[in-house]
Amino acid sequence: MTDAVTFQGVSRHFGPVKAVDAVDLSIRDGEFFAMLGPSGSGKTTCLRLIAGFEQPTAGHIAIFGERAEGVPPYLRNVNTVFQNYALFPHMNVRENVAFGLRVKGVGKAERHRAAEEALELVELGGYGHRRAGELSGGQRQRVALARALINKPRVVLLDEPLGALDLKLREQMQEELRKLQRALGLTFVFVTHDQDEALSMADRVAVFAEGKIQQIGTSEDIYRCPNTRFVADFVGSSNVLPADLAGVGRAGQWASLRPEDVVLDPAGREATVTGRFFHGRVTKLSLDLAGQSLTALIPAREDTPDVGEAARISWDPARVHLMEREA
Amino acid sequence: MHSDNRSPLALKLAAFGGLFFLLAPIALIFLYAFSTEEKSFQWPPPGYTLKWIGVTLGRADVWEAMALSVKVAAISTILALILGTLTAAAVARSKFFGRETISLLVILPIALPGIITGISLRSAFSLLDIPFSTWTIVLGHATFCIVIVYNNAVARFRRTSGALIDAAMDLGADGVQTFRLVILPNIATALLAGGMLAFALSFDEVIVTTFTAGNQTTLPIWMLEELVRPRQRPVTNVVAMAVVLVTVLPILAAYYLTKDGEHTAGSDK
Repeated sequence: MTDAVTFQGVSRHFGPVKAVDAVDLSIRDGEFFAMLGPSGSGKTTCLRLIAGFEQPTAGHIAIFGERAEGVPPYLRNVNTVFQNYALFPHMNVRENVAFGLRVKGVGKAERHRAAEEALELVELGGYGHRRAGELSGGQRQRVALARALINKPRVVLLDEPLGALDLKLREQMQEELRKLQRALGLTFVFVTHDQDEALSMADRVAVFAEGKIQQIGTSEDIYRCPNTRFVADFVGSSNVLPADLAGVGRAGQWASLRPEDVVLDPAGREATVTGRFFHGRVTKLSLDLAGQSLTALIPAREDTPDVGEAARISWDPARVHLMEREA
Repeated sequence: MHSDNRSPLALKLAAFGGLFFLLAPIALIFLYAFSTEEKSFQWPPPGYTLKWIGVTLGRADVWEAMALSVKVAAISTILALILGTLTAAAVARSKFFGRETISLLVILPIALPGIITGISLRSAFSLLDIPFSTWTIVLGHATFCIVIVYNNAVARFRRTSGALIDAAMDLGADGVQTFRLVILPNIATALLAGGMLAFALSFDEVIVTTFTAGNQTTLPIWMLEELVRPRQRPVTNVVAMAVVLVTVLPILAAYYLTKDGEHTAGSDK
């Protein structure tokens, strides 16, 4: 089966700035793929390279096996849901959704019928006559999605689509996006800086930093077996320790240890509590172990020592993940 | 709001005084357009008549001056709409070396006194051996008309998000379709407002016109000449009334158009 999108050594440099640097990537047909990274890590530039708003300065991009360099955005069978929706303010919802068909020369009756169908798909049937400005953030989000789906693209790109929504709405939209993607069998490429969102929604995640992909894998892979210190720290705030202190590997290597795997143990090593935060289900302890700072999440039912006191801690060495790469 | 936010009497008097000072002379112009005395301004006017409207309509020199002013204003405005919009698009849409300098230089002609613009254009025209004609007046007016259109357009371009253009292209619109279906509807009211302001400014321009005209007489120049030799004085007042209407109405329209356009957004953040 042909991959939906492939990058071969793709770079996009803006003068001295290497926004995307020698990235290799393949996104499978029908998968929900997340690009995760802090701002400025190159994930959005990658998305814009797929959409055609940017052209690579080196390397090759293929969309379903067809070479994409030099092909303008309006000739690609790829559609985008933009970060702040980018709905056309001078059109109502129906005209917004039907825009893709209008520029293709589809007749008015036909494209309005199709727009209504697309709106029903995102549960906004009957909202066609409204102005974009009259809708709530979540509704605008759905209109943007309907607009992107009307041209029946094979790849849908989503640029931080949930960033502007409040927490509750975001969780609801996450579920709906996932359902819609499965039902339509389309390839979704999703850019986010929110690790929870990436891990919970995507089939596979690519973690970006400084224009390069740090690691690609399933959510479980990335969470349990981070490749680099950056991935360990960025995805789920793992403790990154020198391997010998963690009790595995050899000196010079680094290991990651999840905060929830650190337990209070009277027979364990002595550390100093430097911070204590009650979070409801868990208590978060900031610890100092032989000069190395460490975070532990302790179930709330256990008593925890106060700031300045000593805490005896241990962890199961099997839970420590030794990192393959140094950086 | 508290209930005691009514302004004190003195402030109200000052406000009325200011308004009176600003508007009374204009009211006088209207009043004297109907005066029966044709040689001098007499207070109060000895009698009132409508005959000057008829006399004005019958005078060929008024019509010629009026036609020239409309022609100059219309051509300068069209020129300004094209060049001003393109400049605004370049400055607002792309980043290039010297962009800030260019945007300052574009605004300079309106910051400079008209007399400087006039003198510099006049010497440029004679250096290049360009004979003074209607077209030299048009060029002179276009300098400040472009600024007006540019200022309106650049503000709207900045408010219109670049993401809208991306979205149109993403959905399959080529360059021409994007301009026609997305960019133009979003900047149309700003262009209309800018165009109307430019037209009004050009229509009553005196200083630059004096320097760039040959023996052509635009309406403001004609009025200036009429005041010097007193003959059928109220005719000038009738023409002044017409000028007020022709210039004030577009300016008011421009004000309301840009005010309504405030919510035209699709903003970046």
